[in-house]
Amino acid sequence: MAKTIANYFEELRGTRVWRSVFRSGTGSSTLHRSLAIQQNVFLHLFSTKVRTRMLSFSATWYLGTLTFGTFLILVATGIPLMFYYHPSVPQAYADTKDLQFVVSSGLFLRNLHRWSAHAMVFLVFAHLFKVFYRGAYRPPREFNWVIGVVLLLITLFLSYTGYLLPWDQLAFWAITVGSNIASAAPVIGNKVHFLMLGGNVVNANALLRFYVLHCMILPLIAILFIAVHFWRIRKDGGLYVHQSEPKTVAASAAAAKGAQ
Amino acid sequence: MPEEKPITPAESGTDIDRRSFFVKLGLGSLSIAAAGTAAFSYQFLSPNVLYEPSPIVNAGKPENYPVDSVTLDVNSGIYLVHAKEGFFSLSAICTHLGCMTAWKPELGIIACPCHGSKFYVLDPKKVPGTKIEGPAPRPLPWLQTSLSDEGDLMVDRSKQIDPMKFLRV
Repeated sequence: MAKTIANYFEELRGTRVWRSVFRSGTGSSTLHRSLAIQQNVFLHLFSTKVRTRMLSFSATWYLGTLTFGTFLILVATGIPLMFYYHPSVPQAYADTKDLQFVVSSGLFLRNLHRWSAHAMVFLVFAHLFKVFYRGAYRPPREFNWVIGVVLLLITLFLSYTGYLLPWDQLAFWAITVGSNIASAAPVIGNKVHFLMLGGNVVNANALLRFYVLHCMILPLIAILFIAVHFWRIRKDGGLYVHQSEPKTVAASAAAAKGAQ
Repeated sequence: MPEEKPITPAESGTDIDRRSFFVKLGLGSLSIAAAGTAAFSYQFLSPNVLYEPSPIVNAGKPENYPVDSVTLDVNSGIYLVHAKEGFFSLSAICTHLGCMTAWKPELGIIACPCHGSKFYVLDPKKVPGTKIEGPAPRPLPWLQTSLSDEGDLMVDRSKQIDPMKFLRV
């Protein structure tokens, strides 16, 4: 019998090198498939088993996954942009223009970064609305809702800090107005404003601070919270599907029993 | 087998046993260290030296400003006004959210492009800087204006003065 691609793959999975990386090895039993998820550092955040219903489009409209997808695009496009962008007052605007008109594929990367940023903000809101109107925020998922709200705020801060970086008039005045909103907070407002900008006006310090927040601090915090958010899905009983909820299952079982 | 007898606080003559003493000592030191870290972080993030433009602006010779003129300097964010009573300067930074306001000669008022605040400036019946309408919570502040030894108008943006204090040259 001729070997199929599947056979070759199965052979590969049996090799020592493969097994040193992926410990579950050959076989496709339930145990093997569970181990493949459980023993992978990225996949072990998720359940080893899910109901097909939970993965259907109608359950979530894939809004959370799409949000995460835009986040990955933003990381993948943001890092190359950093190679050409200097967060300094004389250079920032010129670098932005260079990225658009001089750097090969710079326009593509910058636009992809920009559109994904807009899409991410939109998708985060859509995801929250979907979860809210489905009632998926209710116990036992109430804490994951809180993490979701934190992730919304991180997304908005990422969007806001990124807005200053082109250092054009739009950016300058948007950050002037935005940072003055912070100084309207009682008692600590002016201190927050001063710390945020590293001065009294939007200037070199503010540009550098926003750059560090945008490229380092906020993405790292976002990754941390995203990991907890995903892990909590498993811990809180999987994605919310009304028909699979323990209460619904118990109620329908009781109804079936009553009908007998 | 000799029975182990736990030392109770009463027996040892103190009201705290050794373990809880060290726990308290450890937590206490950690709290002090955490408070210190917070204080140092705050100090680290507050710049001690600012490389910002000087608050004192040289607005040039008084002769450059005809009577009943309002001149906006966009770089320093001030208005230099030569009214009939004398010179004064107003901050051009809107008291709402910090946008740069603009002088509207056709209307005789100062207006903010961001959220529509409007201010009096040359109306003889109103104090210049007073709000006409819009979200601005305070009038545009009057800034300290003086004459230098060389005869130049000097405006100190860091010092606000009471309204209606004109500089007569």
